[in-house]
Amino acid sequence: MSTLHTQEMTLNMGPQHPSTHGVLRFVVRADGEVMREAIPDVGYLHRSIEKIAEKVGYHGFMPYTDRVDYVCAMFTNQGWGMACEKLAGIEVPRRGEYCRVIAAEFNRIASHLLSVGAMAMDIGAVTPFTHAIREREMINDLIEELCGARLTFNYMRIGGVAWDLPPGWREKALAYLDHFDPILEEYNALISWNKIYVERLANVGVITPAEAINYNLVGPNLRACGIKWDIRKDVAYSVYPEFEFDVPVGDGHWGKLGDSMDRYVVRIREMAESSKILRQALQKIPGGPVLAKVARNFKPPAGECQIRLESGRGDMGWYVVSDGTGYPWRVHVRTGSFAAMGIIQKLSAGLMIADLVTLIASLDVIAPEIDR
Amino acid sequence: MESLQILERVKNQFGDHVLEISDKKPDPFAVIEPTAIVEVGRFMNEDPALAMDCLSNESGVDYKDRVEVVYHLFSYAHRHGAVLKVKLPRDNPSVATLEGVWKSANWMEREIFDLLGVNFEGHSDMRRILMPEDWIGHPLRKDFVEPAEYHGISTVRESPIIRLDTKKK
Amino acid sequence: MQTLVQNLIASGVFGKNASPNLVAAIVVFVMSAVVFLGVAFPFAGIVSWAERRVWARIQSRVGPNRVGPQGFLQWLADGVKHVCKEDIIPDESDAPLFKMAPYLVMLAFTLPWAVMPFSSSLILADLNVGILYMTAVTALTVVGVLMAGWASNDKWSLIGGIRSAAQIVSYEIPAGLSIFPVVLMTGTLSMQGIIRAQGWAPQHWFLFANPFTFVAANILYISALAEGNRTPFDLPEAESELVAGFATEYSGMRYLFFFMAEWGNLFIIGAIIATLFLGGWQFPHVTNNIVVMNILEVITFNVKVLFLVFVSMWIRATLPRVRIDQLMTLCWKYFVPISFVDMIGTAVWVAIWPDGNAAMGYIMLAGALALAAMFTQRVIYYLRRSRMEVYFNPTI
Repeated sequence: MSTLHTQEMTLNMGPQHPSTHGVLRFVVRADGEVMREAIPDVGYLHRSIEKIAEKVGYHGFMPYTDRVDYVCAMFTNQGWGMACEKLAGIEVPRRGEYCRVIAAEFNRIASHLLSVGAMAMDIGAVTPFTHAIREREMINDLIEELCGARLTFNYMRIGGVAWDLPPGWREKALAYLDHFDPILEEYNALISWNKIYVERLANVGVITPAEAINYNLVGPNLRACGIKWDIRKDVAYSVYPEFEFDVPVGDGHWGKLGDSMDRYVVRIREMAESSKILRQALQKIPGGPVLAKVARNFKPPAGECQIRLESGRGDMGWYVVSDGTGYPWRVHVRTGSFAAMGIIQKLSAGLMIADLVTLIASLDVIAPEIDR
Repeated sequence: MESLQILERVKNQFGDHVLEISDKKPDPFAVIEPTAIVEVGRFMNEDPALAMDCLSNESGVDYKDRVEVVYHLFSYAHRHGAVLKVKLPRDNPSVATLEGVWKSANWMEREIFDLLGVNFEGHSDMRRILMPEDWIGHPLRKDFVEPAEYHGISTVRESPIIRLDTKKK
Repeated sequence: MQTLVQNLIASGVFGKNASPNLVAAIVVFVMSAVVFLGVAFPFAGIVSWAERRVWARIQSRVGPNRVGPQGFLQWLADGVKHVCKEDIIPDESDAPLFKMAPYLVMLAFTLPWAVMPFSSSLILADLNVGILYMTAVTALTVVGVLMAGWASNDKWSLIGGIRSAAQIVSYEIPAGLSIFPVVLMTGTLSMQGIIRAQGWAPQHWFLFANPFTFVAANILYISALAEGNRTPFDLPEAESELVAGFATEYSGMRYLFFFMAEWGNLFIIGAIIATLFLGGWQFPHVTNNIVVMNILEVITFNVKVLFLVFVSMWIRATLPRVRIDQLMTLCWKYFVPISFVDMIGTAVWVAIWPDGNAAMGYIMLAGALALAAMFTQRVIYYLRRSRMEVYFNPTI
C-alpha cells in the first residue's frame, strides 16, 4: 500500500460557511479526510475600531466597544470603562459595580449558551441550538428591559452604568434564574453526555497546559487544560471578591486533559457558577447612585494603563495610552479569540476535516473579536 | 513581586541594556534596548524568581517621534506582571522577534507589522494579518492617508449632508 | 394478473384482437403511474412537511403553519419555488453526468415501489425475489451520489460524494446480512411470502420470534438509516461542514430531487422493516368482504411504516452526527460481526425449532412491553419535573 500514489488537496473553507463562527477563512491542506494543516486567514471583519477610538473620544467610544465582541458586549463595555477609570483614578459607586456585575454575568450566561448551542449544531444535533437560543432570548428580554438593547448594549459608562435597575426587574431576574438552573440539567441530559457527542469531542484538539500558557490561551480554554485561573478571583476587580463562586476546571474525564470535551464542560459549569453569582448579587445589591460624576469632556491625565477582565471568552486585556487630551492616543484590545486562532494552525495537523469544525467551535472563536 | 521589583531585578541582570525604568502611575514600565529584547525576554521567561511564562499583550504605539512596542508580561506561577517597552525610530522600525520565547508573539507581531509597519526580524511568517495582502500603507500610523481607491473601489465619497448655510442661492 | 388481463380483453375495452402482452403492459403502466404519481412522489413531498413540523415541536418552536391548513401545502410551495429557480450548471462541470446524477438517485428511490406490499392483493409485482430486489435497487444511490460529487468539479462535493459512497457501500453488508435471519425463518425472498409467514399479533411478528431477529431488526434499521444518509449518519450532506455535500452545486429542482429521494427513502426503510419484522399488512380476519379487508390491511401497513418514519425524524432531530472514521468503525468492527452472529444464531434456532417457538414470541413481547413501559414512565417523570409549560397541542 505504500506505493499507492496519493495527492494532497488544498481546500478553502471560505469566509462564507455555515459553520465557522463569524467570517473566518481556512486554507486546508488535506490528504483525503485527514488534514496536514489548516492555515487561518482572518481580517474579513476588520473595522479599524482601534483607530476610531482616536477620533471619537473617551465617552464616544463606548458604543464602539460593543462591536468588538457583540456576543458578550457587556464585558467590552466594562473593560473600556475600567481602563478609563484607572487612568483617571475614578471610583465607581458600589451600586454601579453591582449593576455592572449583574449585567456582565447575565451576558456571560448568554454568551456561553450561544457557544454551546452553536457547538452542538456544528456537531450535527440541531435541537440543542434552539433550546439554548430560547434561553438566551429570555436573557435578552431581561437586558432589553434594563438598557433597551438586545445585542449591543452600550449600558456602561465611564464611572458606572447608565441606568439603574428598573422597578420589578430584580424579581424577574430571580424568577429567570429559578427557571434556568433545572434547564441546564435538561440540556445536559439531551446532549452533553450523549455517547455520539462525547466520541466526537473527546481527544480532539488536546492542548497541554504549558502550550496553553505559551500561546496565551485564556478563559475556558485555559481552564480546560487544568489551570485554575480566573481573573475574577485571581486578579480581583470590581466587587467580585464579595461573591462566593467556584472556578470550574477541566479534568480529562472523558478523554485527555485539555481536549474539546473539557472545554465544553467547563463552559456548561461556568453557566451554573454565573447563576450563583447572580443570585448573590441580586440579593446583596446596595442602594446609592450608579454613576460617578465624570466630566463631560473627559480628559484623563497623560499616561498609560492596562486592565484585564474576565470576559465570556477569557482574559480581555485593554491597553490605553492617553496624552492628556480628550481623545485617547492608542487603544489596544487583546482578546481571547485572537490567541486561540494562533494555536489552531498548530493543532490542526493530523485532525480530520470534521474535527476542524469541532476544534473551532470548542475554542469559542468569535470573528469580530479577532479582527476588531 | 511588585512590578518595580521585577524591573529592578532585570536591571541588575542586564545593566545598561535597560535604558530607563519609569515608575509612572498606574503602570510602571522599563525601556529596553531593541537589540537586547530577546535576551531580556528569555531571562524573564526562564528565571525561576520571575517565571514570566506568558506574553499577555504586545502592542505597538505610534508617537510623533518614535514607534514603541509594548510588552505586557505575566507569570501564572507567581501571579505577577511587568511591562517592557522598546523604542524604535519611525522609519523602518525593526526589532527581533520574541516568537522563540513565547509563541503568542507570533500573531501579535504580525498585527503590529500589519498596522504599524514594524518589522520583526526572524519571524517565521511575517505577512499581513488583518489587512488584505496587497494593501499599501500601515493604517494605524498617525500619518496614514487612506489611498483614494482599492481595486477600483473608491474610498472617497461626497458627503451626503447638505449644508444650508453655505448653499448658494 | 393474468385473470385481470383476460377479463379486460374479454370485456372488449381494447378491441377483440388485443394482444395479451400489450394489455398487460398497459395495465402495469397505469398501475405504476397510480403508485408513483399518487403515492410515491406526493409522499416524498409530504414527508418534508411532516419532518419540519416534527422537528419544530422537538425544538420547541412551531414549524411551517402558514401555507394551507397547518402549513400542509408548504411542500407544494417549496416544489413550485424550486421549479421556478434558475438552473445553474457550473461551467467546468461534467454536464451530462451532472444532469444525470439526480435522476439516478430518483431511480433508486422509485424502483423499490414495484414490490411494495400495501395489502394482500395490492402489490405491483410480487417478485419471488422481492426483498433481494429491494436491497439491490436501493444501492443505485451510490452511483448517483458519486456522479454528483465528481461531476460538480468541486472538492467539497467530491469529499461528500466519496464519503457517501463509502458509507452506503459499507452499510449494505450489515443490512443484507440482517435480512438473512428472516429469510432463514421463512424460506422465501418474496415480500408477500414473508408477510404471510407472520401473524397479525405482535407475538407472531419476526421481531419477537427470537433474540437474534430482534437484534437483526435493530441493525437493519440503523444500517438502512445509514444508507439513506440520515442523521446520525448524514456526513455526506453535513451542513456545517460541507454546505450541502455532494449536492452543493445543484440548484432548483435538481437539488430537490436529491432530497425527495432521501425523504421518500424513509418510507422504503420503514416498509422494509415493517415487512420483514413487523408483520406487514397482517390484520385479523374480521370480515369476508375483500375490499374492506384490503382497506384495513393498507391502513395497518401504512400505520406501521409511518410510525417508523416518525422514529427516523425523531432520531434526526435528537442525535448529533457521527464522524466518518467512527462510522466505518461502527460498521465493520461492530455491525458486521453482530450480523454474522445473528445469522448463525437464527440458523441454529431454525434447526432446533423448524416451526418456530411460540413461547419465545411471548417472552420477547413481554420484554419489549416492559421496555416501552419504562420509557413511558421516564417521559412522564421528565414532563412532571420540567418547569416549562409543555404544549401538547400539535396543531399550533
